[in-house]
Amino acid sequence: MVSNAGEPKKINLKQLLRDDRFWKIAFQVVTVIVVAVILGYFLANLTSNLEQQGASFGFGFLSSPAGFSIGESALAYRPNDPYGRALFVGLVNTLNLVLIGVLLATLTGVTAGVASFSQNWLVHKISRAYVGLTRNVPLLLQLFFWYFAVYGVLPTPQEQLNLGNFVIASKRGVYIPWPSSSATLAWLVVLITLVIAGAFVWKWRTKKIVEQGDTGQTQLTILGVMTVVGLLIFLLALGWQPPQAQEGGGATGGLRLSREYVAALTALVFYTGAFIAEIVRAGIQSVSKGQWEAARSLGLTSGLLMRLVVFPQALRVIIPPLNSEFMNLAKNSSLAFAVAYPELYSVANTTFNQTGRPIEVFLILMATYLIINLVITLGMNTLNKTVQFKER
Amino acid sequence: MTTTTPEKMSVAPEVKRLSAGAWLKKNLFSDWFNSLLTIVVLSVLAYAVYGLLSWALTVAQWAVIPNNIGLFMTGLYPGDQYWRMWVLLGMVCALAGLSWGVLARNLATLFSRNVLIGFAVVCAGFVLFPPTRPSSPKLLLIVAIVAATAWAGRTLGRRMTGLGQWLSSLWFVSYFVSIWLIGGGPFNQSLLSWLMTLVAGLAVGWQLVTQLVPVINERLAKPGQIVAVLLSAAAAATLLLVLPSFWMQYFIPPVAWLVSVAIVGLLWAAAFVIIPRRFQVTFWAFAIGFLLTLAILRLLLGLVGFSFDPVNTNDWGGLVLTLLMAVSGIALCFPLGVILALGRRSSLPVVKWMSIAYIELIRGVPLIAILFMGQVMIPLFLAEGMRPDRVLRAIIGLTIFSAAYLAENVRAGLQAVPRGQQEAAASLGLNTPLTLSLIVLPQALKVAIPAIVGQFISLFQDTTLLAIVGLAELLGISRSILANPNYLGRYTEVYLFIGIIYWFFCYAMSLGSRKIEEKLNTEH
Repeated sequence: MVSNAGEPKKINLKQLLRDDRFWKIAFQVVTVIVVAVILGYFLANLTSNLEQQGASFGFGFLSSPAGFSIGESALAYRPNDPYGRALFVGLVNTLNLVLIGVLLATLTGVTAGVASFSQNWLVHKISRAYVGLTRNVPLLLQLFFWYFAVYGVLPTPQEQLNLGNFVIASKRGVYIPWPSSSATLAWLVVLITLVIAGAFVWKWRTKKIVEQGDTGQTQLTILGVMTVVGLLIFLLALGWQPPQAQEGGGATGGLRLSREYVAALTALVFYTGAFIAEIVRAGIQSVSKGQWEAARSLGLTSGLLMRLVVFPQALRVIIPPLNSEFMNLAKNSSLAFAVAYPELYSVANTTFNQTGRPIEVFLILMATYLIINLVITLGMNTLNKTVQFKER
Repeated sequence: MTTTTPEKMSVAPEVKRLSAGAWLKKNLFSDWFNSLLTIVVLSVLAYAVYGLLSWALTVAQWAVIPNNIGLFMTGLYPGDQYWRMWVLLGMVCALAGLSWGVLARNLATLFSRNVLIGFAVVCAGFVLFPPTRPSSPKLLLIVAIVAATAWAGRTLGRRMTGLGQWLSSLWFVSYFVSIWLIGGGPFNQSLLSWLMTLVAGLAVGWQLVTQLVPVINERLAKPGQIVAVLLSAAAAATLLLVLPSFWMQYFIPPVAWLVSVAIVGLLWAAAFVIIPRRFQVTFWAFAIGFLLTLAILRLLLGLVGFSFDPVNTNDWGGLVLTLLMAVSGIALCFPLGVILALGRRSSLPVVKWMSIAYIELIRGVPLIAILFMGQVMIPLFLAEGMRPDRVLRAIIGLTIFSAAYLAENVRAGLQAVPRGQQEAAASLGLNTPLTLSLIVLPQALKVAIPAIVGQFISLFQDTTLLAIVGLAELLGISRSILANPNYLGRYTEVYLFIGIIYWFFCYAMSLGSRKIEEKLNTEH
């Protein structure tokens, strides 16, 4: 037979229509065209609308003076600083809220999650009630509740509450003791070094006990000494300064936390804590019953059982969803804007109102929150790797 | 030899009933630590409860709630139009009762003791609770409607087995009825009337296809092009009847006619070329039925002058607006989320990367930024003069945001469906759309129900953020009430009250999700 390789191939329409590959490509081409047309329409409208307003796209406005003041900031800021600086101050305030919020929410969540397994009926019920109540009420409402109904009924600064010159609270804010020694930073470094060294000693002790049948008494003594030294440094060398109440309101010394900050922090911690509690509960429930029974039959007390057997295994299930909870907390921190805490979104909003540049401001916001979320994800992924099963 | 059937081996272990003292010892005072814990917790709890009660009974001024109950429920809705809200509530409750009756048709007693107690408690609450007392006759009537429709639903449901499928359509239609009831305006311009004409057109077209086409095919052994051309000409003529009236407001009449003729001609030619010959008779029959019905109905509706007073969206508010936005957002974000999830799992690179970009970008930004900027930026992206209403903009913002999160929940469900299911479907010869809609999605959505409902709950909660944008939904209207000098400082009372409302709806949703989950759980 003569092969007809030389002839040009005829494209058969019927065959083409039945070919899966054709449809796959055609579908993608159509999708691209549709999306491109829609985006093109939007962009065309955008350019014409912006032209009409006499605005042009660009980030040059970031270096012009902002002209508004920011209620509280960890960094030095004056109203005639540029917009870029103002946004950075807002970012620092956001991070302040998010970092402390993540720490406290984790603490609250883990406590409530573990408490729901308590053998004490009352504690169990309270933990469940907390979760069921907090998760089903909107965060913004809770925020308003804390801000107006709880911290709002504190006395005026003239009649401020003074708890033994330790915590001073009024409608304006809360003062707490804070280290003030000039050498605080150096001592903090020493403290952190001590903690790291302590972790190594602990590992060394476990190794001795497991591999050599040692009692680990020597290491325990070392650890005890280190703890005492650390506590002494923490209490004495940091130069804790309690706030001193002033006549007519306010206080000197200590750290002032504004009412906005405290309300936002409380709302975020309680709300996120309830979600974390559910995650922790699900994680603990995922540990098989046999593990509990085995640990009990070895004679472990319920505290040791939780710490040595159940919790390390539960962590594998807990950490991945914890990541998205932390991300939610970071995004929800923008709600602090509603009680006028000058965090990133609030500053961005003022910037947009003054400059009339919604697109640029939105892009900056988007990029910043994306970076925050990326950092959280990176951190959690690293943590995740350390707790996952190490299989050969 | 005798064979013995083994007796039932699994007998539930006997549950020991503890005496009160033993229960206390086991659950509260098992050891010294637990006893201490119990005592500390109990005293704190007692102190808190005492504080709360003494505040609620002596310090709190609850008058703010009953005095403003209309504002809480409907916002600034005009007082002389409240009856529309009552009709709306009655309609929704009737539908709810009907659905309950139909779903519970197999139960022996519909009004069991617990249900009756529930009814009694609700009725007593309406009569005794100060905010609801003034309108308690209407509320009692609505409770009666629920009971009556539930009974009717059960009776009907037992007679007609197919009734269950009609319920979802009824709910669908009720949404458009609600929008018309709330917004008002002439009936023939409402979304509801358009929906009705569309459905009628589809139905008539379908009837023509099933009734007329077989007759044509029977009479004429070979229908040929002639019939198709005749039918198509009739369809084009019908379209010409309807179309010009659409652009009359934009163009002068001759231009409107020219534009219509051009469009109809183009469509007509395109349909002739694209549609395979053997489907042409069917297609044109359907087109005629559809278009003719549409034209006649629109013409007739134009004569109907029936209308409610229009109520501007600025006056919508309160719980009604919250629920409306939540329901709209949920209804819109669900299909979008499913499409995005499928897109993300797709093997087509373009679709996949577009979905990933959308999901990750939206999930990276706080909702308040999307809502606030949405109010500003949506008009910027649209042509001049096209400025969607602010409630619509809010719904768009909520939908855009929630769809990205929902997509991730659905994706988790999709990942739970074993690959073998897809391969089995492929080996049965199903194409991709059929595999997805018949095999993969039903299984995936079933797994994802808790997460999806969780997302719906957070969408419902997220409507509060619109208070910041300036909408008078439940939280927004509360803030304006609190700004009233008469109610200065009544924060706790108001926030507690609306907190309970939000809690009730969210808790009901999670309870419903648990029920559905139990019902769909086919594993043993």
